[in-house]
Amino acid sequence: MRKMIEGSRAVAEAVGLCRPGVISAYPITPQTHIVEELSQLVADGDIEAEYVRVESEHSAASVCLGAVAGGVRAYSATTSQGLMLMAEVLYNIAGMRLPLVITGVNRAMSAPLSIWNDQQDTLALRDSGWLQLYAENSQEVLDMHIQAYKISEDDRVLLPALVCMDGFILTHTYETVDMPTQEEVDAFLPPYNPLYELDPKDPYTLGAFAGPEMYQEMRYEIQRDALAAKAVVKEVAKDFQAAFGRWMGDVVEPYQCDDAETIYVAMGSVVGTLKDWADIRRERGGKIGVLKLRCYRPFPQDELREALSGAKRVVVLEKAVSVGAYGILSAEIRAALYGQPNTPPVHAAVTGLGGRDVTFEILDEMQERAQAGEMDFFAGLREELLEAS
Amino acid sequence: MTASAKEKRRKPPLGIVTRPGSSLRNKTGPWGILRPVFDWEKCTGCNACESICPEGCVRHLEKKQYEADSEYCKGCGMCAAACRFDAITMEEEHR
Repeated sequence: MRKMIEGSRAVAEAVGLCRPGVISAYPITPQTHIVEELSQLVADGDIEAEYVRVESEHSAASVCLGAVAGGVRAYSATTSQGLMLMAEVLYNIAGMRLPLVITGVNRAMSAPLSIWNDQQDTLALRDSGWLQLYAENSQEVLDMHIQAYKISEDDRVLLPALVCMDGFILTHTYETVDMPTQEEVDAFLPPYNPLYELDPKDPYTLGAFAGPEMYQEMRYEIQRDALAAKAVVKEVAKDFQAAFGRWMGDVVEPYQCDDAETIYVAMGSVVGTLKDWADIRRERGGKIGVLKLRCYRPFPQDELREALSGAKRVVVLEKAVSVGAYGILSAEIRAALYGQPNTPPVHAAVTGLGGRDVTFEILDEMQERAQAGEMDFFAGLREELLEAS
Repeated sequence: MTASAKEKRRKPPLGIVTRPGSSLRNKTGPWGILRPVFDWEKCTGCNACESICPEGCVRHLEKKQYEADSEYCKGCGMCAAACRFDAITMEEEHR
């Protein structure tokens, strides 16, 4: 059913349709509307779940870890500082190979305190063993949660998934979405059928000690299965299209890339801005394409090579910075393209930090500076502030 | 889920699921170089040493009689520190 709805509420309803047995979260802006709505749905009896109130994000993640280990589908959501507080548990969830979906609302990291959007927080967890999916709009983030449970719980994967959505830009805006029915979601996503679960009648130890004779092999298996998850992400996207009739890409989504001379790569809501801007530039003759990176972990190295190799230039819009190095995405894309035939230069443009709007003017500036050969730069800086300091 | 359907599924990832009892299998005795030596003249049988041992290897045999299981005792000295009657000294073990 199509309806006008706030992005957070769309996520809450989609999560409810996935029938989690346990929900545990600690409220933090701009994630709050998601968990407020879910607690309401539970209180009203619309979702049959246990909503566990906790005193911190570390506990919320721990409750979810325990729930999944006990054989129950679980859910949480957080952002920024809350995600960092969860981080210790998140590595454990991945290491214990527990399928779980958490919404990573993207918000800048303190200090200075900022409640606004960039992608520094979730990118800090890129090496944790969590799958990471980034959504462009409310419909995609809604659909992505349903897909994420199916991917994460697949026997070939058994790794948790972070579904990333830009704070405020997606969480607090209203868009028209097509909300699936319970019957449709039930047909697509069967009940969680754990490969192993904690059971007092048949006790076992989970996440136990591994000595030097074994740890490396366990990490190898996580890496092997995370890479293999790429095929599952693609398969589930196709299954989803067959079931719901919607397609927004699988691991990447190319937009006007076929004849593009310059291809912009980005994740999340800014991809929508880039598509509109590329249309305008095309009217003026600029052959610009946009490649949405939808699945960041596993990293779609082959697909990026295929999509970017023919271009004259690649510009990566970075909503985060690896302080002391430079862009995070661009470094990985450069590595993916290294040694390939027809490798285009890959420019890294950091912008949109701490909620700074990414305007067409900033995109024009990025295009000019990339064309002039600048490789790593901040776009849209307020020079007058820097001069005054 | 039926047993036959379950057989088709993958094995749990390496080392994820382990059976209980690993503390008994993991003999930590060789880790230490110090061993508790009890002075039965001073011992009052208060059980402080038994209850504080982090390995659970100090055992109460009978009144004023304890032993530290050498297969598991790491020689940490918690028992000696907890003894209010100075009845336990940690001595280097020569093997």
